Amino acid sequence: MSLLECRDLTHYFDGLCAVSDFHLSLEPGELVGIIGPNGAGKTTVFNLITGVYRATGGSIRFDGREITGLSPSEITSLGIARTFQNIRLFKELSVLDNVRVAHYASVRYNAVEALLQVGRYRAEEERVSNHTMELLAAFRLDNFADEPAKNLPYGMQRRLEMARALATQPRLLLLDEPAAGMNPNEILQLMDLIQWVRETFSVTILLIEHQMRLVMGICERIKVLDFGATIAEGLPGEIKNHPRVLEAYLGEEVSL
Amino acid sequence: MKIDRGEIGTAIRTMTESRFFMPSLIAAGFVLSLAVSQFELLDPYLQLIIMYVGINIILTASLNLVNGYMGEFSVGHAGFMAVGAYTASILTVSVFPGGATTLFFPAAVLAGGLVSALVGLVVAIPSFKTRGDYLAIVTLAFNMIVKSLIENLDAVGGPRGFLGMEKLTSLPWVFFWTVTSVWIIRNLVYSNFGRGVLSIREDEIASDLMSVNTRHVKLLVFVISSFFAGIAGALFAHLLQYINPRMFDILKSTDILIMVYLGGIGSIAGSIIGATTVTLLLEVLRPMGLWRMVLMPLLLVVLMIVRPRGIMGLRESCWFVPLRDVLAAKLRRALKETADVSS
Repeated sequence: MSLLECRDLTHYFDGLCAVSDFHLSLEPGELVGIIGPNGAGKTTVFNLITGVYRATGGSIRFDGREITGLSPSEITSLGIARTFQNIRLFKELSVLDNVRVAHYASVRYNAVEALLQVGRYRAEEERVSNHTMELLAAFRLDNFADEPAKNLPYGMQRRLEMARALATQPRLLLLDEPAAGMNPNEILQLMDLIQWVRETFSVTILLIEHQMRLVMGICERIKVLDFGATIAEGLPGEIKNHPRVLEAYLGEEVSL
Repeated sequence: MKIDRGEIGTAIRTMTESRFFMPSLIAAGFVLSLAVSQFELLDPYLQLIIMYVGINIILTASLNLVNGYMGEFSVGHAGFMAVGAYTASILTVSVFPGGATTLFFPAAVLAGGLVSALVGLVVAIPSFKTRGDYLAIVTLAFNMIVKSLIENLDAVGGPRGFLGMEKLTSLPWVFFWTVTSVWIIRNLVYSNFGRGVLSIREDEIASDLMSVNTRHVKLLVFVISSFFAGIAGALFAHLLQYINPRMFDILKSTDILIMVYLGGIGSIAGSIIGATTVTLLLEVLRPMGLWRMVLMPLLLVVLMIVRPRGIMGLRESCWFVPLRDVLAAKLRRALKETADVSS
């Protein structure tokens, strides 16, 4: 059974069609890329899957369960986590707290236990803090645990966003342009990191990217969007020379 | 004998890092407040000022939860205070048996808090939909509704006010409630829910996407915040022994806002500093008459230029941070230093 199944997903912003008839089926363990020119509707797809927008039409099933209409926090608790195109860390909070926040759904004490600091409070806080430090160490951020997130250099902020997303213990990780603003060398490192995350945390990954090198290098399947419609789908090699993809990116061929 | 400053510093640190330190400090404070009120160790005027400081700390810390920690802008805190004040007063004057008011006083205060919390639940609902300026207008409207409602309720004296309460608020009670409110608010802030509150301030959408149930968190924050505003109102009513709707108008809310922003948003130490400074300053400057109403805003303007986030602004005294977090951070710092030296 597929992990994520989007069927006929359609979304309009008033009259503007951002996504139309989007189909996607992700098998557990896959690494799939979505590419397309600016404004093709890639991020809208992410926002629909994570519940930020409510789809105008179509359905999304995650692990066999209908998730259309659920709130973002409910969807995240079910096991879909994401990062953002323009980093959205909790800037004033420490690196530690950024990751601790993401444990929200897994914490097993109620408000009364928290307010009076009784019952499961202590043990759970310990568990959250330990798990957070393990994650930070895995992402080589443990030396910056007490820094405000805004003080981290750009590359580390990207890593922290990934660590934070993984703290929600997802089975599906959505990465929105993870390579934005990175130089070729950093992109190579990022490719290794994504592969490592996939194996270490055994997550299925769906990513949006503009950097062809990264997409062609690590994705097993690629979907190409343009003006909300899927124009091509296939293996990296097939996509590279697909006439409609070249048309979308470079314009129509004209015979002179 | 030569006194080694470093050694004293270490001794003080070891003492404050014991988990018995805060409980014993609080116990000592409570005994002291009991002694002062029992044997009249301080003159009544001073005692009154200290009680005002305590009540204002409760109000400031509870408003800081909404405005500072969660980043909303509530301007109707006095409305909740009014609900608590009137509820408790009606109970002690008309409901509870006359002879035993001292006995029933804690129940009356608690009821004031609970009714106010219930009202807070209702005000929390618009916060699901709006933020910032629009929520500010909702809370402003709430404050005005409460005030005009009481003004038009003849049963509680309408605009003439309500009286007949005994002076049941005493120094130990104020101490007890101040410590309780600060403790509970601090526990909330350093819990899973508290991290949710902070993340809502930083980025509500990202917070939701990191599995934080923002609706639950907002409900909890408004309920706790209005509960303690109600408690403060109940204590205030039984200290002054007279309340009228004008005491709880938008100006009163503004006073609490000033304490929050002067002391510093998102800080418990800041709330205590803010409430204490403003209350004491207003008393000290009493001889200036009307001019103190000029000086206070001026002070605020200067502060906003020098320290736009208030005296403590988003920082916290280590006394209010859970000990295990303080020690963990200290350990990390030490490990980092050894790593730096060895490399």
